[in-house]
Amino acid sequence: MITEIGHYALVLALALAMVQSTAPLWGVWRGDVALMATARPVAVAQFLLIALSFAALTHAYLISDFSLLNVVENSHSAKPLIYKISGVWGNHEGSMLLWVLILALFGALVALGSRAMPVDLAAATLAVQAWVGAAFLFFILLTSNPFLRLAQPPIEGRDLNPILQDLGLAIHPPLLYLGYVGFSITFSFAAAALICGRIDASWARFVRPWTLLAWIFLTLGIAMGSYWAYYTLGWGGFWFWDPVENASLMPWLAGTALLHTAAVMEKRDALKIWTIFLAILAFSLSLLGTFLVRSGVLTSVHAFANDPARGVFILAILVFFIGGSLALFAWRASRLRQGGIFAPVSREGALVLNNLLLTTCCATVFVGTLYPLALESMTGEKISVGAPFFNLTFGPLFVPIMLVMPLGQMLAWKRGDLLGAAQRLMVALAVGFAVALIFGALRGGPVLSIVGVAIAAYLVVGSFVEVYGRIAARGVTLGGAISRAMGLPRSAWGTAFAHAGIGVTLFGLAATGWGVELVQTIKPGDQIALGPYQLVVGDIVKRPGSNFDATVAPMEVRSGGVVVATVNPAKRFYPARQMPTTEAGIATLGLGQVYVSLSQQNPDGSLDANLYWKPFVTLIWIGTLLMALGGGLSLSDRRLRIGVARRARTPAAQPAE
Amino acid sequence: MIWIVFATMTGAAVLAFLWPLAAKRNAASRLEIETNLYHAELGDIDRDVKRGLMTEADAQAAKAEAARRLLAATAVEPAQAGPRGVKFASLAVILIVPILTVGLYLRLGAPDYADMPLQARLQAQPANMDMAAALARIEGHLAQEPDDARGWEIMAQVYTRLERPGDAAKAYRNLIRLQGASPDLLMALGQSLVFADQGRVNEEALAAFQKALAAQPSRLEPRFYLALAAEQQGDKTTALEGYAKLLADAPADAPFVPMVRERIAKLGGEAPAAAAPAAPSPGAAIAAMPPAERETMIRGMVEGLAARLAANGGSLEEWSRLVRAYTVLREPEKARLALGEARRALGANAPAMAALEALANELGLGG
Repeated sequence: MITEIGHYALVLALALAMVQSTAPLWGVWRGDVALMATARPVAVAQFLLIALSFAALTHAYLISDFSLLNVVENSHSAKPLIYKISGVWGNHEGSMLLWVLILALFGALVALGSRAMPVDLAAATLAVQAWVGAAFLFFILLTSNPFLRLAQPPIEGRDLNPILQDLGLAIHPPLLYLGYVGFSITFSFAAAALICGRIDASWARFVRPWTLLAWIFLTLGIAMGSYWAYYTLGWGGFWFWDPVENASLMPWLAGTALLHTAAVMEKRDALKIWTIFLAILAFSLSLLGTFLVRSGVLTSVHAFANDPARGVFILAILVFFIGGSLALFAWRASRLRQGGIFAPVSREGALVLNNLLLTTCCATVFVGTLYPLALESMTGEKISVGAPFFNLTFGPLFVPIMLVMPLGQMLAWKRGDLLGAAQRLMVALAVGFAVALIFGALRGGPVLSIVGVAIAAYLVVGSFVEVYGRIAARGVTLGGAISRAMGLPRSAWGTAFAHAGIGVTLFGLAATGWGVELVQTIKPGDQIALGPYQLVVGDIVKRPGSNFDATVAPMEVRSGGVVVATVNPAKRFYPARQMPTTEAGIATLGLGQVYVSLSQQNPDGSLDANLYWKPFVTLIWIGTLLMALGGGLSLSDRRLRIGVARRARTPAAQPAE
Repeated sequence: MIWIVFATMTGAAVLAFLWPLAAKRNAASRLEIETNLYHAELGDIDRDVKRGLMTEADAQAAKAEAARRLLAATAVEPAQAGPRGVKFASLAVILIVPILTVGLYLRLGAPDYADMPLQARLQAQPANMDMAAALARIEGHLAQEPDDARGWEIMAQVYTRLERPGDAAKAYRNLIRLQGASPDLLMALGQSLVFADQGRVNEEALAAFQKALAAQPSRLEPRFYLALAAEQQGDKTTALEGYAKLLADAPADAPFVPMVRERIAKLGGEAPAAAAPAAPSPGAAIAAMPPAERETMIRGMVEGLAARLAANGGSLEEWSRLVRAYTVLREPEKARLALGEARRALGANAPAMAALEALANELGLGG
């Protein structure tokens, strides 16, 4: 009964979404406040129904109810509890349900937090959000229904794909979806602004927390996905410029640009139309990502034909929302009034430059991802656009972003002083050169790595120069500096941490050039030199797991004869799916990692293994955590932002602000 | 009962829409909202001045800018209209939401289908138990008491009938452990192993056949498998010799005679004519044809099967045979197409879909 209640709740949620997408809009059209007010409770009710539906599906997984096709296909009674739960969204149908759940959750949060918002803006926003929700609920019910029942339930399920039986699945998709779907809110706000024909600084103020929230989750989701790929796929790589990854990177780039223009808009009332356009773009790219991943286009263009209904349906949703919103944009954008003006050299100007570079990066990824797909569907010719293309295009575009980033932070609003800002950055530049010299002397190695860590050091120091200038003016005591630091707006700290995070990630990326990689056959008792460490192979043992059998090759990691860590790389075999998987053995030593993955067992009992020493590799993900922390600090700063236009000053008379 | 729950849910959902229509609360006007924002901005500016983050001159400029913004934002005040369409909207929602929901749900859902937790299914009374649950229960019992010979005997037969030869072999191994290696059991074990291994006589099967023959030298079937094993190991002479002797010793109507002739024909040997009164099976007849003709003949049969399955559908076995046939004819594209058709035809049947996936993997046809 619980299953059917969940199914009914999902259908009812669709009906409510349809109500929510029409009645409030009609209210806006007629100027009828009562009708506009219906959007809020209906949005909350819609969320409760979808949550009920999701809970019912989870319940079916927990009790191993194999009368549901979806449970049969993706679960197994012997699976550990955590994977029974995460298995709910570890498949197409369930993940789409999670998608609409998060969509409805954000809708409900907007509804509950919109008291201070003009009623027509709130109503139109929730209505647009409901359009998206209704489209995806239709999609789920008609082509991807997780509640389909089987007349003859089998006694055992087919288990979840073993690669997905990992903590990563429990964390990565929800985070990523929170990010993707978070941009639906900014999209809805943008469409609502166009519908109401009004946009101003208070609009930017309402949108800011949502943009930040979506951006934080997307950042964490991408980072988590890359770490997951790093430790489960056993290749030692963490980013493959794979279309699925690019699909998440594109909305991130557009979202990052949006975050920055929204700041300009809130402070200076400028760049309004561009902000609206970016909001539409960020969500369109999220939809595109969903389409690429969910329609089957990606595994092969031909897989599309296997399930034409799903692909065509999502494509229709995509065309409707992107086309519709762009048409709305073309029709209404001219009604929006332009705001403040600014000089080219100013904080605003720097943010425009940031936007130009970020959107160009985004376009590069877009072309590199979609061109091979388009070419294959047109001519049947298969080309592979991989790391070389992106390294040659994305890299050179991102370097100027990183070089200019600290400079932008230094410039004042409205009109800035480029020379002064550059002079204040001399410290950061000096640190960059020093780091280049130190690493060049100590490690030598690829020039790109040395240049990379130099830029990274410059960026980290440069990110904090502005904050330092604000707290440590001449004649301020230590205590005074601390109290000034505490008094600084949290968003200033947020900017510094987020920008420094990019530097930290870059450092980790650049340091991959100093890594060591070995491919070797190992047997018990072997001693292997790996970078600064020695690995000693122990006895190769078999260990049964709950729903798999594992072959483990424990190894001691020694440094100068002292055991500093042990790693347990393993090969697993899942009988339910007859699938082997590789569990990498990873030991974190300082900021680097020793990474061992087994590829295959030879007839004589020895194992083929890939062994890596990756110095500073953890910085890649620590940097993303710093970015998210920066976003969080900025989010916690509920202060209103008012830009202060200031005359350019000579660097000698530095303002204490 | 479940319809009462559905009705309650629907009612609550409709109420969520009607509630704000009934409540006559005046939402804050745009002017109020913008004015509040303006005051909050002034407060923040003053606080920043106090903390020393902003100079007095900057604060004046910021306040002027905030005021400019307030003026611009409140220049347009939306017109307020009377509550005319409210009745119409309420009526529409009261009607449309239940009709739409119930209509769509009845098409998709199964309101009378109870939940089926695995635990409850396994503990159900035998009379109410479904086949899958009954099997699982006996398997559970045998895992607890692996010395129950009668249980293994039943399971061996059930597995054979369900075409799960690997499990059947396991059951026969246990029976041999418990009841001793009788020729019958050895034969059954060997045959299950051969089926499980796609017709290959592996080491364990070979040993079983050898033991069966040693225990009962007059038995004929083990000799067929021993010859087959020799053939598979590439020992053509021994194989042909074994087949020929078998034909000579076997009664003409023995069930395996056509099969033996087929093997001999394939190896290019001459079947002894003496014991050939039985009509050759179609398989043997085809095997005896020249290669080109044989291929045409097989193609004809496969196309016939494909046409019949496309028109009338068929069982899992028939679909699998078609897919295999295309693979053997080295036509992977057609095999893949047939696999797709089979998936569509058997889509509702989960175990069959699993079998098809296994087949696709085995033949390397991929997803």
